Amino acid sequence: MSTEKTINLRVNGREETATIPPHRTLLEALRGLGHVDVKCGCEKGDCGACAVLVDGEAVDSCLTLAQSAEGREITTLQGLGTPEAPHPLQQSFAELGAAQCGYCTPGMIIASESLLRKNPAPSDEELRIALSGNLCRCTGYVKIFEAVQAAAAVMRQTGETK
Amino acid sequence: MYGEFDLTIPKTLQEAVKSLTAGGKRAVPLAGGTNVLVDVRSQRLAPERIVDLGRIGGLRGITVDGGRVTLGPRTTVSDLLASEEIAATAPALVESARVFAGQMVRNTATVAGNIACGSPAADLVPPLLALDAEVTLTGTTGSRTLALCDFYTGYKSDQRAPGELITAIGWPVPAKGSFGSFYKLARRKGDAITVVGVAVGLGLKGGRCVGVRIALGSVAPTPMRARKAEGLLEGEAPVPERIARAALAAAQECSPIDDVRATGEYRRKMVEVLVARLVNNAVQTG
Repeated sequence: MSTEKTINLRVNGREETATIPPHRTLLEALRGLGHVDVKCGCEKGDCGACAVLVDGEAVDSCLTLAQSAEGREITTLQGLGTPEAPHPLQQSFAELGAAQCGYCTPGMIIASESLLRKNPAPSDEELRIALSGNLCRCTGYVKIFEAVQAAAAVMRQTGETK
Repeated sequence: MYGEFDLTIPKTLQEAVKSLTAGGKRAVPLAGGTNVLVDVRSQRLAPERIVDLGRIGGLRGITVDGGRVTLGPRTTVSDLLASEEIAATAPALVESARVFAGQMVRNTATVAGNIACGSPAADLVPPLLALDAEVTLTGTTGSRTLALCDFYTGYKSDQRAPGELITAIGWPVPAKGSFGSFYKLARRKGDAITVVGVAVGLGLKGGRCVGVRIALGSVAPTPMRARKAEGLLEGEAPVPERIARAALAAAQECSPIDDVRATGEYRRKMVEVLVARLVNNAVQTG
């Protein structure tokens, strides 16, 4: 029972290997592999700090078993862009001051990316509902919503979303 | 995470049922994981085996055929929101899906999982009850279909035998012109546990209510139909005093408790207010 297994995880386009027991969450496995841009908050699906894209959809990595994610395409915040070539969401969060301590930011950006892939022009109400599973304890949400709408406008112009 | 369990990831439904049946009461099926893994972490649930249903093909999807809507059990809450068929045939279900937890949970949480978790606050259940939904259960000896209103046997207990899985959820497409809506009373719109949930479905024929369904969440050990309230409206003209009587009956036939979110007394009062409001909305729309 509870035997360890060596699995391949495809993270940000690269194959990585981890030897892990069944109860290891994707959150724990990713951080163990050095992906500390995935943040550990509540570990029960309330705060959204651990959000990653799995096959293009945002999920809470704390509510995903790592062994279940084998073979899926996993994207963390760092897989979206780099400091030299940031994703429009990363750029607008930085430019518009949509982060204070920054702990919720990776999850906010992943959740926003997941929303914008499905809905490139969300209303403010749709945006609020899409980010209701991401908690920020510093800034309030106004600047975050502004940054997402600014990035959405850029992405519509550059054709990064359909 | 805490917990020692073995994890099987079957590729077919037959293998999953076999693995769950062999594991007996200590084996737990895993769909979206948004309840099960939270319960494992908090040690409310200590399974010896978890059977992950995520690699079984054909369990996710929405079909409308022959006047019937059928959901695969692993259809997610986000799938409901993205579906034009659901928007057209089950508006109350869309209203509950919109305010269901947060986006990441909606992306993985499944319809069957929400039904099977057995929570009185399971938000998809009142709209499904109001749609006369049925659930199909599959075990080692085959499948059986029962009405969702007969599925629960008590707080967090239901008709499933060990090893049985919910393998379909279906309901008849409501008649044209019928009305359906759901209201979630909670501390905030998203990512909150429901204080009172009310779903109403009805049609109007010759100025009288037909097919009246009133379903309540978070006010009894299980989500429930308010049958006395339904009976007071069925076949009747929806005049204000009749609606008020039905709303009061709904408040009287539920059995809410006090908890951290609200008192039972408040919940009962809100059932009366919300049932009257939703029925009034239906009458004005129709």
